[in-house]
This record gives sequence, structure tokens and C-alpha cells, in this order.
Amino acid sequence: MRLAVDLTRCQGYAQCAFLAPDVFTMSGDEALLYDANPDDIQRERILRAAAACPVQAIILDHRDEREARPAAAEANRSGTAAAVERIVIVGASLAGLRAAHALRTGGFTGSLTLIGDEPHRPYDRPPLSKQVLTGQVPAQRTVLPRSTGLDVDWRLGQPAIGLDRARRRVHVAGGGEVDFDRVLIATGVRARPWPNVAEAALDGVFVVRGRDDAAELRERLAAGPQRVLVIGGGFLGSEVASDCCDLGIPVTVVERGPQPLVGAFGGVLGAVAAELQRANGVDLRCGVAVEALEGDADARLVRARLSDGSTLDVDLAVAALGAVRNVEWLRDSGLAAGPWGVACDAGCRAFDVNGVVTDDIFVAGDVARFPHPLYEYQLLALEHWSNALNQAEIAAHNMISDESDRWPHLALPVFWSTQFGVEIKSVGVPTFSDEVLVTQGSTAERRFVAVYGKDGRVTAAVTFNQSKWLEFYAGLIERSAPFPPEFRGVDHPAKAKPPVAAGPVPAAIPIQAVPYHATVMVTGHHPSERRARLVHPSG
Amino acid sequence: MAPSVFQQVLDYANRADPYPLYAELRRTPVIREDDGRYVVSTYREIVALLHDPRVSSVRKESEEPPSFIRLDPPEHDRIRRVLNRHFGPPETPGRIDGMRPELLEIVTELIDRFAGKDQVDMVDEFAYPFPVTVICRLLGVPREDEPRFRVWADAVVEAIGPVGAEQERLYAKRDAAIVELRAYLSGLIEFHRRHPRDDLLSALATDDAVLGRMSRAELASNAALLLIAGHETTVNLITNGMLTLLRHPHVLERIRQRPELVIRTVEELLRYEPPVQILPDRVALDDIEIAGTVIPAGAPITLVLAAGSRDPDHVWDPDRFNPERIDPERFVLRRGGNQHLGFGGGVHYCFGAPLARVETQVALSELVSRLDNPRLLADPPPYRPNAVLRGPRHLMVGFDQVRPARVGRVPRAREEAAARAAAEAAAAKERS
Repeated sequence: MRLAVDLTRCQGYAQCAFLAPDVFTMSGDEALLYDANPDDIQRERILRAAAACPVQAIILDHRDEREARPAAAEANRSGTAAAVERIVIVGASLAGLRAAHALRTGGFTGSLTLIGDEPHRPYDRPPLSKQVLTGQVPAQRTVLPRSTGLDVDWRLGQPAIGLDRARRRVHVAGGGEVDFDRVLIATGVRARPWPNVAEAALDGVFVVRGRDDAAELRERLAAGPQRVLVIGGGFLGSEVASDCCDLGIPVTVVERGPQPLVGAFGGVLGAVAAELQRANGVDLRCGVAVEALEGDADARLVRARLSDGSTLDVDLAVAALGAVRNVEWLRDSGLAAGPWGVACDAGCRAFDVNGVVTDDIFVAGDVARFPHPLYEYQLLALEHWSNALNQAEIAAHNMISDESDRWPHLALPVFWSTQFGVEIKSVGVPTFSDEVLVTQGSTAERRFVAVYGKDGRVTAAVTFNQSKWLEFYAGLIERSAPFPPEFRGVDHPAKAKPPVAAGPVPAAIPIQAVPYHATVMVTGHHPSERRARLVHPSG
Repeated sequence: MAPSVFQQVLDYANRADPYPLYAELRRTPVIREDDGRYVVSTYREIVALLHDPRVSSVRKESEEPPSFIRLDPPEHDRIRRVLNRHFGPPETPGRIDGMRPELLEIVTELIDRFAGKDQVDMVDEFAYPFPVTVICRLLGVPREDEPRFRVWADAVVEAIGPVGAEQERLYAKRDAAIVELRAYLSGLIEFHRRHPRDDLLSALATDDAVLGRMSRAELASNAALLLIAGHETTVNLITNGMLTLLRHPHVLERIRQRPELVIRTVEELLRYEPPVQILPDRVALDDIEIAGTVIPAGAPITLVLAAGSRDPDHVWDPDRFNPERIDPERFVLRRGGNQHLGFGGGVHYCFGAPLARVETQVALSELVSRLDNPRLLADPPPYRPNAVLRGPRHLMVGFDQVRPARVGRVPRAREEAAARAAAEAAAAKERS
């Protein structure tokens, strides 16, 4: 069987882990790990788990392909763009697959081609840095559900190498061409490699992005390395460190910044993350860089030299240095594609280099940069699972809809990370803030809610093992509620031991403020009804 | 003065079918009652309040310490976390799933006793004894003490929610019952501490990690909650389930043909005829603006869960009982059209939900497969008095005959459980 869990919806009720304990397991109070491709013998238990999920976050494969064929019921709905017969999706991961599904469910019956650079059917990436590295689930058991029965021409293992806008054609490696009426760019990102090529080639130096990376790294972790060096204390690096702790492998995290997770959450929560790592036995070194990786005569990694002059004996290193967007193939396309991604409008239509919006080229997922009204219409690129899912759905709808029926991509950014038995969740954009305030729980106990604000408005919230409260704070963000939020509520941090600061403190995030004085609210629940509304300051 | 819609809901005369009244309630999502209570009946607003930190579950109860159902975080979370150690994941993941063979055995035995009859009271002969036996075995409460704790449980249940003119008498009766129940359980816990067996109270009473974080009085108070909540609601869920299936014989027939449909049927029951209809006593800690109304700080809030689960703005064709609306195999994307409020939501989400689900799945699938031509002998059946925990007092069901239990089912389920337990033990050994 194949399944996936939308962990942005998951609130840690653990019903699935009660009902199908061999498939779903809890790590700590709220974090869920699962086997994405369990044996068929588990089928009935999985059906029980999926039906019981209070937030309906478990996505299962269809029993057979006949059922998978989406109903053509919507095919004749009004507003469908008539001239679209050939759609090409470049990128065969979560966004690409979701778009293909949404196109078929939305009534598109023309030809559909899915081009992917990897030879694998679309698979789910979040488990790779968690249950795959710990050995709970083999890397190949991460295939996403719903990839069969879509009547798709799969071009797997054939990277796209060019986009010819004039001829409406995608070029693929090996000389192939695919013509389109509409194309979706969903090529995502790849891991940023260790910058020194010779050092990166040492045996024992890894990145984690794809399923093959994870499989290889898992094998090396299982062999019991002496010490693992994680370069970079972002989410991926922290998760790898957490896996090492689970496996009882000594691990050092080297982070250039003052704390782990500082780039996503700022220094206040970064300090909490640092405590979390140290309490779990991580040798955490912040404000330090790795200067060089050294190999022995057989080019096997043996040592790392750090900027503070120290050296570390390590036989395994994971470079967790962030991502590089896969835009090179678009270099001659004339699109606004660069290191920050491919720029598009709120309806996922790509911009050309002049900032003119295109009609037939759409973008979704990690590679897309789109404007969000709650964040001053800045172009955001979000490497979030749910963003890939939402944006792909919106792009697919707009690709086959008339101009008057197009949807905007206004979903709030949401993401999660599972590390050290803590479920960390974020809604909004924490870096788009200048202050932070703990409103519930206790940072010392690592169960709390922190709210971020900017210019007197709530812009984000982060929870550590408190995800059941997150949607309340999402509402505050959507309404641009005043910051600091002042309310009497349960679990007030002033009552925690030790008590948390009573007022907001600087979030310790570098600010690039653009003066802007209107407030924007986002309303609506379904993509078809979501709208941004300007609220002009009164008086 | 004419009674308000909510007062009519409480009126026993409307117990058999409160749903038209709920539809009336939903016209005003948040209504202020004359006694200052705010009644909320629409799905979106109920969900929002279940996840709103400005809403408290703390209520004044004469007996201290309160059980965790009446506490807010962080105390609520602490106690729930500790109780969960021996009940579910992460520490005890296989317990509920591992109970399935035992549940099937109990159900099989109860249905075997129908042999030779052509009608039974589904409440007294099945839906009550089954979950009572289960919770007794799970907790380690002697089954033969049932006549004692039944009196206390009845007194507690009778006093739940707004109970009208008899409030004083019912509250006094309840308070006395709670004192006796807790004393009874304290004695039992002490006994289990000295003579531990494979049950939840023994596990809790002998676990230092539990006792370091929870006082003995707290343990007794929460054990009382688990004992009562652990069966009262399941009785109603099973009875409502059989009643609903007999009113929709085509669904019953579909389950007979495809037994796994019972999984979805139980979810649809939780939406359509939930055993907990109302969460009566939450309190606003601050002014809460919702649906164009301000609920002032200090005001009691009543969430009508059963009305929210039938909100047409949330679910399509809500008054139709249709288990197939819940298709776990459909593609879900941010449209929780099939979510229900049957077990509440937020941090107070029903602690025993996994057990209730499995019990009801086993109970209904066995009843469906073993009773030939089952039919209702009285519709509507007589109801129990309470509006909050709503369910029939009796449910007379006639049938042509009882089929024998499917041969080999119980032993096979036992084998599976044994294999699982062995695998888990091996895994645990490997970990340590």
C-alpha cells in the first residue's frame, strides 16, 4: 500500500498510532512518523487509522486504477479554457504529481506529460531525513500515493534542458521535445553541495535531498560511524543530528550563526533549539564554520578543520547548507528565473524578465517565487510541503480555467519539523517580524507557542509540541491582528516555571523593512473563495 | 415566556429527535441564553472555540482534585500525558489494537446468549454489558462490582449539563456518589499497588514516573473519570449505531456484504448520532469575538457538537446517514468535509476515542453478521433522561435467528495478536 500524511494538518492526536501501531508511530507527544509503503497485510488497520484521523490528514492510494480515474463530472463545467489540449509538467515530485491529479479531477482530458530528472516515481521527501535515516523505513518505501491511473505520459529520468516559449516546446536531455499549450514549471530545488569540489568528493561526505542520497547515507549510519559532522544547523541539519542521537551515534553540529534554526526563527527560538540539541547530547558548536574536510590516502573523510582552529575526527559529514533552485534549464527562456526561483503572480503565472506576465507558463512548488499580500507583496519562495501541494492545485486550476475563474494562491505558509521527539510547527513567516512573544506554555519544557509581530501586527506563530493551538494563531495572522496579542488564556507563560518574559522581546531577525501602511486581511476557506482585502487605516 | 430553542433541546419531550431544533439553533451561530450562557451550534465556530486558548474547561466542582476533563493546560496536559503512558503511544502503542481478539470474544459470548430468543433489549443485553466488561478488564476493576459502581455512574451522568429545576437534588446526589466512587477506587488502586496485574490501574499504581507527577488523590479522581467515561458513552454509541442501521437497512446490508465498511459507518455515526451531543460547560477567560458576537469574559459557553456535525455549511446533505461519504481513499486537500465533532477537538479530544472506535466496530460488525433479519420493535425507543449524553434506555430488537459465530475468527485474531506481541517484545529487546 502507499500512503502519505499531510503533517501540516496533523495536530498530533495519535489516533493512527493507536489503530495501526506498526505503520504509524509517535515520537514524543505529538510528532508522527510513518511507513509510507506498508505491507498489504496492514490494509484494514490503515483504513481504520485513516478514517479515524480527526483532521483527515492521511492520504491513501486507491485500491485499483478504475477508482483512481477522477470523475469527469466537472469536465463540462463552464469557464474551462477550451484551447488547452496538451499540458506538460516539468518536475515529477509532490507539486508535479499534485498538479497532474488536480488537472484530471478538474476535468482536463487532453494529453498530459510529466517530465522528471530522477528515474523514480514521485516519492515523499519529509520521511527521508527522519524515519529513513533512522532505519525505521527503507528509502524506497516512500513512493507517494495517487501516481497511477492518471493517464500520464511519464518521462522519468529525462531532465528538461530548455524551454522554447515561441514554439511552446520543452527540450529534454537526449534530444527529445515535448510540445505544450500550457506548461507547469515544478522543478524544485537540489541540495547545495559542499563548496570545495575535491572535499565534497571524499568518501563519507553527503548531502540529503533525494531518495538515493538518503539510502546511501542510511547505509553508512547503520555501519556505525565514530562521529558524524553535520554542517549547518537549519531544519535538515537538526533533523539529521536528531537521527544520530536516536541511533546512539556521536554527532557534532557546526553552525555559522549564533544558534541553530536562527535563519528560520531568529535568535530567541534559536536559543531554545540550541538547548534542545545539547540536552539530547549533540556537540553543538555555533558561531563556527567548517574550513576544510580532510581525507586519508584512500580519499576517505577522516577530519574536519574548524574556523576556531580546532579539528574534529569524523568519518561521516552531512552538508546541510540549504538548497539551490533548479532553474538552469530556463536560462535562455526569457523568464524571470534566477537563484531565487522563478517569479510568478498570485495565480502562479510566470513573469518574463521584464516583469510581464505570461499566459501559458505556470510555476508551483519550491522553485516558485510568488507575492503574498500579508507580507507586503514581497516575492516569497517557500520550500514547504504544503506550499507545493496548495500552489500546484491553484496552478492546475488556473491552467484550465478562463481568466474570470482564476484562483489566487493566498494560503498561509505552514511547515513542520520533527526533531528530538518534538513536533515544531510554524504558520506565517517568522522572519518577517521584529518581535516575538511566548503566549502559552514554557520554553524550558519545550512545549510552547511563540507569536511573532511586525509593525504592530501578528505575522507568524511557532509551536513546540503545541500544534492543536496553531489554527487559532493562523486566524490572528489572517486578520492582521494587533501585536502583541493581549488576551487572558490558558497556560499563561507567566505561570510557568521559570516564568517567561512578560512582554515581547526582539526576535533577533535581520530586518529589511519596507515602509507600508495599509493592512491586508485574507478571508475565505476554499481556494475559490480566498481573497485578500485591503484595510485602510482609519483617521 | 416561550422556551428558547436551547431549552427545547433540553426538554425530555424532544430527546428522540433534537435535530430539527439543532437546525433552528444554527440559524444564529452564537446565541445568548437568558441565564447568560452562550450556545454555539455551527461547525466553524465550534472548531474555532475548541482551539481557542481563551476558552477554559475549569469548573467549580465540590470534590477536589478535579479530573483532567475539568482542567486547563498545563495541568490538563500533565495528567493526560501521565495517564497515557500505559494506554497508548508513544510508550504503549499496541495496547488498543491488541485488545481486538478479547473484544471479539466478549461480543461473541454476548451474542451467543441471544440463541433461542427472537428479541432482545439491545441496551441491557449487549450495548451496556459489553463496554462495561471491557473497561473493567482494561482498568482492573472487578466485573462483579458493577452493581455498585453503576449507581454512582448513574448519579454522575444524570447531573451532567443544564439539568433544570432538579439541579440542587441531582448535584447533591452526584457529589455524594463521587465521594464514594473515589473512595472505592482508592482502595482498589492500593490493592493493585500491592498485587499488580496486567491492567491499567496496576500499571499506573506501580510506575514511579506516574507517581512522581500525579498525587494519589489525582489518580483516584482520574480513575473515576476513566471508569465512567470509559463505558457510558460507548453504550450510547453502540445503541445509536444499531438503531441507525436498523433505520437504514440498505446500509446494514452493505456492511454484511463488505464488512470493512463498518469502519466508515462508525465515523458517520459519530457525526450523525454522536453519543456526546453537547459540551455544556466551557468558560470564556476573555472577551471573544466570534461570528459577529462578543462572548464576554466569564460567560459560560455551550458547544452543541451534534449540531455542528450536521452543519450544511460544513458537510453536504448533512441529515442523510451515508457512511460512504467518508472515503478514506479519496484525495484530501484542505477540505475537511468529512470531519466530525463526535469526539470533540483540541487538547480535550476524547481520551478513549481509539477504544470506543474499535469496540463499536467489533460490536456492529458482529451484530450485523450474526442476526438474521433484525428489526426494530419500537421506534423511537425510550430515551435516557440526559440531553448531553444522549441515548436510548432500551432498544428492543427482533430477529429470526442467531447465526453461529464464524469459526476460527477468534483463534485467528488471537494468533495475530500473539505474533504482534512477540514482534514488539523482540523490537523492545533490540532497542534496549
